Amino acid sequence: MAILKHGALQPNDWLTVADDAALPEGKPAVVSLDRWLKERDTLIGRNTPIGVKLKSDQSPVALKEDLERLALIVLEFPKFTDGRGYSHARTLRQRLGYKGELRASGQVLRDQYLFMDRCGIDSIEIADEAKVDGYLESLGEFSIWYQPAADRRPTVRALRAAKRTEPSGGSAVVRESVAASWAY
Amino acid sequence: MTVQVVTANRLRDGVIVWLTADLGWSEEFTESRPLRDEAEAKAALEAAGVAVKARLVVGPYLAEVDETPEGLKPNSARERIRASRLPTITPDQGSWTGRIEG
Amino acid sequence: MYRYDEFDATFVAERVKQFRGQVERRLAGELGEDEFRPLRLQNGLYLQLHAYMLRIAVPYGVLSSKQLRKLAFIARRYDKGFGHFTTRQNIQFNWPELVDVPDILDHLASVEMHAIQTSGNCIRNVTADHFAGVAPDEIEDPRVWAEIIRQWSTLHPEFAFLPRKFKIAVTGASHDRAAVKFHDIGLKMVKNEAGEIGFEVIVGGGMGRTPAIGPTIRGFLPKQHLLSYLEAVLRVYNLLGRRDNLYKARIKILVAATGTQEFARLVEEEWARIKDGALTLPAEEVARIERYFQPPAYEKLPAISTELETAKRGDATFARWLKANTHAHKVDGYSIVTISLKPEGGAPGDASADQMDLIADLADEYSFKELRVTHHQNLVLPNVRKQDLYALWQRLAAVRLANPNVGFLTDIIACPGLDYCNLANARSIPIAQRLSRRFNDFQRLEEIGELRLNISGCINACGHHHAGNIGILGVDKQGEEFYQITLGGSSKDDSSIGKIIGPAFAIDQVADAVENIVNVYLEKRTGQDERFLETFRRVGIDPFKEKVYGNSQARRPAAE
Repeated sequence: MAILKHGALQPNDWLTVADDAALPEGKPAVVSLDRWLKERDTLIGRNTPIGVKLKSDQSPVALKEDLERLALIVLEFPKFTDGRGYSHARTLRQRLGYKGELRASGQVLRDQYLFMDRCGIDSIEIADEAKVDGYLESLGEFSIWYQPAADRRPTVRALRAAKRTEPSGGSAVVRESVAASWAY
Repeated sequence: MTVQVVTANRLRDGVIVWLTADLGWSEEFTESRPLRDEAEAKAALEAAGVAVKARLVVGPYLAEVDETPEGLKPNSARERIRASRLPTITPDQGSWTGRIEG
Repeated sequence: MYRYDEFDATFVAERVKQFRGQVERRLAGELGEDEFRPLRLQNGLYLQLHAYMLRIAVPYGVLSSKQLRKLAFIARRYDKGFGHFTTRQNIQFNWPELVDVPDILDHLASVEMHAIQTSGNCIRNVTADHFAGVAPDEIEDPRVWAEIIRQWSTLHPEFAFLPRKFKIAVTGASHDRAAVKFHDIGLKMVKNEAGEIGFEVIVGGGMGRTPAIGPTIRGFLPKQHLLSYLEAVLRVYNLLGRRDNLYKARIKILVAATGTQEFARLVEEEWARIKDGALTLPAEEVARIERYFQPPAYEKLPAISTELETAKRGDATFARWLKANTHAHKVDGYSIVTISLKPEGGAPGDASADQMDLIADLADEYSFKELRVTHHQNLVLPNVRKQDLYALWQRLAAVRLANPNVGFLTDIIACPGLDYCNLANARSIPIAQRLSRRFNDFQRLEEIGELRLNISGCINACGHHHAGNIGILGVDKQGEEFYQITLGGSSKDDSSIGKIIGPAFAIDQVADAVENIVNVYLEKRTGQDERFLETFRRVGIDPFKEKVYGNSQARRPAAE
């Protein structure tokens, strides 16, 4: 399983740990929400980074008080047609102000990546490393955005406003925003 | 067991096709391969599965048919319409202009 | 009407390019059908019974003559010479090849059209009152708001994989012509006590397997908050709507299960968090969109046209059409004209390429180059000078497009049914054909008066049978077609869901059954002023039942 994060393939430093397994010493670990809620006090005491994985029917609001302690939150997409993770992502980024890594896991297809990116998911698990170019290409398929989301891309309203004040077009706005992407 | 045939739509143009005796695909229902038992049906669906992987057809399934002295006949409203390859609406009535007869 | 600026044009071009790539990946085997299916659906492409079907968005039913000509071109070049206007103000082509669809989308983009989100579990093409902007009973033009919603919902990243499809309708008039209570969200423009205009928000209506009349969850929503409120509704639905059962996944099921009050509370709670954020509509943005919908250059004309009065007196056939197919306009001296796409023996909503070209010419000559598509599957010329009506009618009559049956029994809504549709259980069009032949007597139609008859080929109810005064639903019994009849439905202000009269009928029995139903109405009504629906509500279903099943001719209840 490869991790695509901020435009590049990266090694997966995180170990997903089953609920009944011991946590690895000195290695970043991801636990389930159930385990987090049950063993929160012990897990907080660890010196290595910890993350939580949410199923698609689990609200991230349960992590509201712990967001600063979490270096990673994994959202599960059991099927690509299950779109709850998009709302969870925006809730985490825009309502709860989560700044850490937000990762999509499960059935993450190329043609969903852009939607995920717009909702504030900044890393994805991809099954086939050979397909990484397609995923990256998908981020560049559009330059016009009709609604604000969790990303910094300018909406078409901003482009129109920029064009009114700067008749040469809104290209400066576009460039600035791309540079600012993945900053939450 | 009732006789069955395998039918699907062709990927490129969506046209309805039937699995033939030589495991090819025909636009003619009458060229369907009759499947008379479970084993034949299973083998035919496997052949169709290969065609799906080869991007020839989409959504193959088994359809029941009647075997008559005049040959195979579809035995539901749906499959009769599919076998005719046209809507049932008569061309002289309304706006169905059916370029297909030309 | 709305015109694309450089940004809209860029976006649609990018979308076509993306879909072209997706089709290439499908043909190359990089995408399986399971992965490709939602992608093609979100571009309006179905795989139907005979072939692919492409559903093209006509945003809120507004169409230019140039666009209609392009549709005619597509019908000829890529299809079999005709198209089908749908109950959601869209148009469908029944025979395109997958490999041609990216090119078709390029042609559409050249006239500022697309097929985005006309299918799939996303926010679908927004519909509106087909008389928007010209109706005398209008509080405010809903097209402005429909366009704002269209833009906001386009490729919305959060709502591309909802539990199920999502339909929004907007009306700005006091009479509901957009069936707002039968939509996932219905928006009705209203005036509050302070005289401000806003929206009444209705959520959780729908047709389908479980018909529901949507309850109002907010009586007045200030206009600038429209998008944040919609986003709150959609977010609650995306998170809480059922995903375990396809038939229980629509928002109407969630609203019913949660309770209207609790659902409204959840929405308000979410809305409070996002209310004054980036979705708030600045006045200048609304004004920018409003400028696209400025009235055309109407002439100052007398309210009564003497030419029209003379023609009406001299030609009874014209007078009949005038009465049924034209409607009051907000500007003196103008009329709204409905072109019936319901000829005797025809497929409701179908138009040939030649008809499309001709109607486009008529729109150029008589209606400021603009048309509307109605959810009744007719076309509208919204701005015709009264003095031109007689000439226009002659042109229409010459090509059998002057059927004077708008609002009457033969103005039938029908889905494509089993003749085309992969989901259908029974054919719809042949039923419409039979009824249109049986009742092809205009004097009789006038005598019967306003009567909405709707036909669906399956329980998905694309033919709105639940909302028909007489509704006909095709069902499948062991592979054969039967038809269930419902009475008393309405999608107007007095919305109601039709009640099943009894056992289903075989195809040859349907016209007799409808005839019997109509005869009971004629016999029981207090006078010609009492509409079918009113009589039905007054006398109940029993007299109809007795007549329909009581005589041996229509008996033979075909199926239980």
